[in-house]
Order: sequence, then structure tokens, then C-alpha cells
Amino acid sequence: MRPSLALLRKDLLLERRAPESVPAMLLFSLTTFVLFHFGIGRDEVTGSLAAGVLLVTLLFAAILGINRLFVSEHEEGGFDAVLMAPIDRTAFFFAKAGALFVFLVLVEIVAMAGFSILLLGVSPWPTLPGLILVLVLLNIALSTVGTLVSALAIQTRARDLIVPLVGLPMLVPALIAAARACAPLFAAGGPGSIPGKWLLVLGLYDLVFGLLAYAVFEFLLED
Amino acid sequence: MATAPAIELRGVGRRYGERLALVDVSVSVPAGATLVVFGPNGAGKSTLLRMLATLLRPHAGSARILGEPLPKRDWEVRGRIGLLAHEGMLYRDLSARENLRFHARLHKLPERRVEELLERSELLPRANDPVRTLSRGLLQRVAVCRSVLHDPELLLLDEPRANLDPAARALIEPLIGRVSGRTRVVTSHDPAGGLAEADIALGLRGGRTELLAPAAEVDTIAIEALYR
Repeated sequence: MRPSLALLRKDLLLERRAPESVPAMLLFSLTTFVLFHFGIGRDEVTGSLAAGVLLVTLLFAAILGINRLFVSEHEEGGFDAVLMAPIDRTAFFFAKAGALFVFLVLVEIVAMAGFSILLLGVSPWPTLPGLILVLVLLNIALSTVGTLVSALAIQTRARDLIVPLVGLPMLVPALIAAARACAPLFAAGGPGSIPGKWLLVLGLYDLVFGLLAYAVFEFLLED
Repeated sequence: MATAPAIELRGVGRRYGERLALVDVSVSVPAGATLVVFGPNGAGKSTLLRMLATLLRPHAGSARILGEPLPKRDWEVRGRIGLLAHEGMLYRDLSARENLRFHARLHKLPERRVEELLERSELLPRANDPVRTLSRGLLQRVAVCRSVLHDPELLLLDEPRANLDPAARALIEPLIGRVSGRTRVVTSHDPAGGLAEADIALGLRGGRTELLAPAAEVDTIAIEALYR
């Protein structure tokens, strides 16, 4: 775990020192909510529409972070130094997935406030415990699959195209499960209970794609 | 009993797509010796270094580094090799101290090793400045510290003295020079300077071996001919 923590600490320090990913993701999310606010011509959204608007926005914001996940290593030559270190290369996977998870949490805290003010037709407070559970599971999906796709994309010249073209289709099942799980939370008459089936689907997605990403990540770093 | 060579390459080749970057390169370097690689730009010097650093796999031939075959057991030797490449392999927004501490953690080294190197390379006054604010010479000194942080047995140096003034060169000499006692592979465009520190001279052109001989048997004219 120590190499993972060293790598994660470095990524968080770099983002704190020269913020790039989190501000971009945040600005994108808030701008999208403003566009939805005026674009659909409604002050309030509830139910499945609210869940869809929130989660699709977070998914696209995550793509921005995924695009930049390995940029510091790639552009500054640190990639080779890390690859030459006597560490299990999956430490790299855990560190990058951990960094993306932290970025997503930071973005979601502010984005959720913006979403509540601009679009959400119900009080956000009663929905929070359930929403946090769904977002944690969704963030695990975004972080693991995102790290895998980012590692694949960074080796190519078309990095900016590879991430959305490969990442979005892979993340569709997670988005569907998260949106279905969230929809009752935003019901107009007050939050309903989360359908256990969709939480289970999301959990299984995390498990299967997490293991898959873990298994193939090292091969992506090979020459 | 004779000790195994630190580097043993037999007929090694490497291509990038259709382009051959290295063709049938064979060389043996005893432990503690210095191999200096000469050749014009695009001759395959950096490819050779990256292959020795386990970052590129050979596409032909066999390679054995520090007694271990590559790429089969490259994980065995990774932590025993130091690489000083053209780019500093440093994070620009971190300070010299933060960069070195990060690599020390990856190599499970105590932080006092970082302080020792910062002091030896006279970087302490600028140790907390982001490396993007350092001059090229200072940046190169930080990169040198990073490459020798884990006290590697094999040191791979891509034009290590570029950007350094004579005082800085003298400062890093104990770390990466012959006196460090490490096995070294050094790329150079300086025939006289390169031969002065070489035990073995290797000349590459177009990825092929044009010259391979003990440095004592090579003169600067033969090296200069590689560039014509």
C-alpha cells in the first residue's frame, strides 16, 4: 500500500499546487446545470429527469478528469521514473483511481449544491444519505474504468478522442443503474426508497469492472 | 571465478513500426566499467538506454542486465538501475525536495538520503522552490540526484553534463562519474571527453554498430567519422 499512498499523495499535492482537473470538472458541471436550467425552460426537475440531468453531467465532468489523469506523468517524464521503481505496477492503478475518486467527491460536493439551487425541485437534504451511497458506488465505477481507459489513451496520439469513445460506452451500464437507483430519491412527493436491484447492479458492475481493470492494467503499461 | 558482465547484449534489435532503431547490437560490459555510446542524432543511443532501463523490450536478440534476462525478469533489476534521460523525469510543480522525497518513498529510502543528496549537490538553498522555476543547470542537478537516489548498480546517462557549467560538473562528478564505482552507460557527442571516461567505446549509426572497441584503442578521429 505504501507505494500507492506515495503516488496518491503526489497526485493530490500536484492538484493542490496547480489545480487543473477539479476546477475544470466543477466549472463544466455548473455550466451544464445553467444550460439545462435555460435549455429545458424549467426551474425545477424531479424524479428520473433530475437523476438523469445530475448523473449525465457528472459523467461528462468525470471524462475531463479521466483525460488528464496521466498527463502529469506523460508530459513531465515521471512515467518512466515510476515504471523503473521496484514497485508492483498495480500500485499505480490504485493511486490513480484513488486520486480520481477524491476529485469526483470534491466536484460532487459543490455540483450538488449548484444542482439544488438551479434545478432540483425537491429539498436535497432528505435525499442525501441515499444519494451519497449511489454516488460512492458510481464514483468507484468511474474511477476504476476511468483509470483503465486513461492508461490506454495516454499511449496514443488521439488521447482526447479515446477517452470518451471507449470510456462512455463502458460506463453506460453504471450510469443506467445509478440513474434508476437515484430516481426515487428525487420524487416530487418526497424521497422514496432506493431500489435494491439497481444498487446491486451498480455494486456488481464495480466488482466486475474493478477486477477487470486491476487484471489488465499492468499490461497497458508494458512496452 | 570471473564475475558475470553487468550488461550482456547479443544481437539485440528494436524497431518502431517499420523503422529499425537498433539492429544486431552486441556488447558486453563488465561490472564497474563504463561504456560510452557515440553516434549522431537518431543513431539509436536513447533507444539503447531505454532498453537497458527495461522501458523498451528488445524485438530481437537477447539481453541480460545485472545477471537477469530481459524482459523475462526485468522486475528483478528495475530498482537497481538509475536513468538520467534528456527530460528530467521530475514534476514541475513540485519542489526538488518534494520530487526526491516522492521517489525515495517509491524506493523505500529514508528521507535523510534526500537531504544528503541535496546538500552534496548544493541544492539546499533552492530545495523548496518548484522545479519549474529552476535554471536548466539546477534542474539537471536535481535530475542527477533523482537518478542516483537509490544508489543504483547500473547508471544510464544520456548526455549527463549538458547544461552544466564547470563548477556544477565537478559537483556531480562523485555522484555519476567514474569515481562513483558504478557500471555506467553514457551517451556523448564529445569525442575527447567521452573517450576520457570510457572503458569501452560503442559507435552507432542508423541503429547499427559502426565501432566497438576498448576505449584505449580508439582515437577521436574514429569517433568523429561517425558524424560525417
